[in-house]
Amino acid sequence: MYWNEEIETMDAERLRALQDERLREQVRYTYDRVPFYKKMFDEAGAQPGDIRTAKDLEKLPFTSKTDLRDNYPYGLLAVPMEEIVRIHASSGTTGKATVVGYTAGDLALWDECVARALTCAGGTRKDIIQVCYGYGLFTGGLGLHGGAERIGATVIPASTGNTARQITMLQDYGSTMLCCTPSYALYIGDTMEKNNIPVSSIHLKAGLFGAEPWTVRMKEEIEKRLGIRAYDIYGLSEISGPGVSFGCDGSDGLHVNDDHFLIEIVDPATGKNVPDGEKGEVVFTTLTKRGLPLLRYNTHDISSITHERCACGRTLTRMARITGRSDDMLIIRGVNVFPSQIESVLLSVGQVEPYYMIHVDRVNNLDVMEIKVELSADAFSDSMRGIEELEAKIRASIESTLGIAAKVTFVEPSSLPRSEGKAKRVIDNRTLR
Amino acid sequence: MIIKQVSVFLENRKGRLASVTGLLAEKHINLRALSIADTTSFGILRLIADKPEEVAAILAENNVTATLTDVLAVPLGDRPGALARILAKLTENGIDVEYLYAYLTHEENGAVVVMRVDDTEKAAALLAETA
Repeated sequence: MYWNEEIETMDAERLRALQDERLREQVRYTYDRVPFYKKMFDEAGAQPGDIRTAKDLEKLPFTSKTDLRDNYPYGLLAVPMEEIVRIHASSGTTGKATVVGYTAGDLALWDECVARALTCAGGTRKDIIQVCYGYGLFTGGLGLHGGAERIGATVIPASTGNTARQITMLQDYGSTMLCCTPSYALYIGDTMEKNNIPVSSIHLKAGLFGAEPWTVRMKEEIEKRLGIRAYDIYGLSEISGPGVSFGCDGSDGLHVNDDHFLIEIVDPATGKNVPDGEKGEVVFTTLTKRGLPLLRYNTHDISSITHERCACGRTLTRMARITGRSDDMLIIRGVNVFPSQIESVLLSVGQVEPYYMIHVDRVNNLDVMEIKVELSADAFSDSMRGIEELEAKIRASIESTLGIAAKVTFVEPSSLPRSEGKAKRVIDNRTLR
Repeated sequence: MIIKQVSVFLENRKGRLASVTGLLAEKHINLRALSIADTTSFGILRLIADKPEEVAAILAENNVTATLTDVLAVPLGDRPGALARILAKLTENGIDVEYLYAYLTHEENGAVVVMRVDDTEKAAALLAETA
């Protein structure tokens, strides 16, 4: 099933031509309206007219999350604020969030992309779709919500948490599709099993899962435990949100919505494009965005692409499942976490040494994070309460900065490893099954 | 009497207490009394020794977080009601006790209670008066 058959099955050559035409328009639009990009062209000695086809993009440097932070909050917007109808934000590399703005048209194209993903997973207007992604600044909740409304389905905006209630809704409201992180889907399955709730008491047929990396084994596990078909959905707020690419029944890859997003895979060392099938960093150029158009945005996700026609009939470029990151970003419960954010929280609270270690693990299919930090000798008094208050203060500050909870444990001075080069700050014990 | 107590931060990790006491043993430090307060993740070891400043210095040199705290050391007769009488006195005068622990002395029927209170000076004066 296709939502937009014309685009999704368009002849490859026509699709490239459409991309190039939109690329030229988007480059000109961006150059004229965003001073940051005008400067980038000028410094690269390039003119908007130099970018004629996707191949020409190599003449431009990458845009990074740091550029978004440096232009926080609205510096990269290409339209005046009265054109912006929605703001989303994700965590930045340090204290400042990455803010994205959408015009009404941007939201419409985002909904279109999610509608394609849902339709590909078998979604129709007859479906009841339970969205248990977080609603709020995070793009997961409202992104899936918009796409589900677009296809005319019934949406249950369940948001996150309260698993017992989620299961009751699955049973009583007759949800036929589930949208959440893959680890939460497994957690729902576990919770049902623990409480002897049979799979036959729910009505799910499919689910769209994303916002964190997962494996084929996890996919099979979810399918088995919930008795459904599981589909991958990929995206990032900078580019729009979930729906930049989506999984199908034909292969293990994800179809990129080529008519809106141009994907490149580059070698992290040289920055050059790599041939199809080779792994590298995923880079996107938006083709139709009006609020926050981005040229060559480097996601630092690692994947590869293929242009071979998929068994599902789609001609859209396929990217492989994300296998990792080229930077130190962690994804914990679907939330982007940079060690540098934790570092800035610790420094701002004070009373601890700038040595810390982030331990990440998956317990009962849920990610847990523990931060071990050296208590400063000056901060130590004889008071139990004093230490507990400091711990609570750091915990609260981390939760308000990252949006997720962490356990904070104080360790003795000089007990954490020192290193002269790039310090190892993360121990990630999660094994993706 | 006001004395110096050494308070030591201990991670809740196997062998930490053994390693700290071992360190002091090596330096021939005699411990008179100690107590441990703990949570699931850390503990505070509180100890009384003859030369608290020296103990603190040894610990600091060995990267052990420690601090000196003024506490009350109150000699008590080793008999029923001795502690209750003192605590009643402190309560009457609005002094809060944060924690206490006791040890026996070499003298017959001699005991000492080590107390951390919210106003050490005032408590010391009160108890001196009572004695």
